[in-house]
Amino acid sequence: MAFVDFSAREIHCKIVYYGPGLGGKTKNLQYLHERTAPSRRGQLISLATPNERTLFFDFLPLDVGSLRGFQTRLHLYTVPGQVFYDAARRAILRGVDGIVFVADSQEARLAANFESIRNLEKNLREQGYEIADVPYVLQLNKRDLPSAMPADELARRLVIKGEPALEATAATGAGVFETMKAIARLVLLDLRKRRTPSGFSRATAAS
Amino acid sequence: MSPADLVLFEEDFRSLREILRRLRQESGASVVLLVDKNGQRITSVGDVEALDMTALASLTAGNVAATDGLARILGEREFSVLLHEGEKENIHVSIVAQRVILVVIFGDRSSLGLVRLRVRQAGAELERTFAEITQRMDREPVLHSGFEPLLAEITDEDIDRLFSE
Repeated sequence: MAFVDFSAREIHCKIVYYGPGLGGKTKNLQYLHERTAPSRRGQLISLATPNERTLFFDFLPLDVGSLRGFQTRLHLYTVPGQVFYDAARRAILRGVDGIVFVADSQEARLAANFESIRNLEKNLREQGYEIADVPYVLQLNKRDLPSAMPADELARRLVIKGEPALEATAATGAGVFETMKAIARLVLLDLRKRRTPSGFSRATAAS
Repeated sequence: MSPADLVLFEEDFRSLREILRRLRQESGASVVLLVDKNGQRITSVGDVEALDMTALASLTAGNVAATDGLARILGEREFSVLLHEGEKENIHVSIVAQRVILVVIFGDRSSLGLVRLRVRQAGAELERTFAEITQRMDREPVLHSGFEPLLAEITDEDIDRLFSE
């Protein structure tokens, strides 16, 4: 649910990085955090297990600049990828404006990618969304691995609605900013397209 | 618009902030804030400069979402109050009108009993305010189109320019 604050002149959008476990969702946020000037980002918050698997979510607020005088802030979230954390994934999708699906390019993870996409569709529906209506970008991650499937074949199998498919290696940062920009673009275009926004505010005093 | 949507106008903000301001004063709290269940801060009063309010809002909403999951497992609709007690600071979290989270941060200048009492009173006022907002939205949907001009004016070039700064 995009949130527009007229008094502070800010637009806030919620973007969720979804995908199978160990696919590189957290790595995407870590790279964005590392490579963004501190003045344009907030803290990276990771709710993880002691062995650094995402337990609930990672969260990174990112300031991407001014749009017609409105500071545009992206609230980036990841979900825990492991199958049994489904309740957490559902909770994080609440109020989502756009989704990045981080696919693992390895052939051995193809079934996990399919399962995660199906799970995303189901969880979106339970939150009252249809994936066809939600801004969506596919990231083909781990392109550096020798076991990665050819990108065009992987895209052919995973693209669900003609969404942009971007190649990436989040571990080195390749494709990470491009993915964030692609989803931000779709989210803002979607915001423009809507006759009325999902939610907005007109505060009298910035707080 | 979906049932979860909420459109707030200037007068709504004034009313909400007045309720929060009074709650803070009467309960001796350091910070009082309202967060929507998606993790966006709606408004806040008090010593907000020292705190990362964006992170606070996001984590509070995550906390409430996790607790909602626990409630469902037990067959409860929701757990309407959460309390975190620290050595110096405490956080009282409550759900208002089933859609908004009221967060009160207080230290040893206050007490849990006082916060509970004042939150109950303020919660009732907030419920009334949100009920009025919802009724107005049902009654005057045309007002919500006030947002359209800003969005309609945004061009593809504006969006491209965002990332070239």
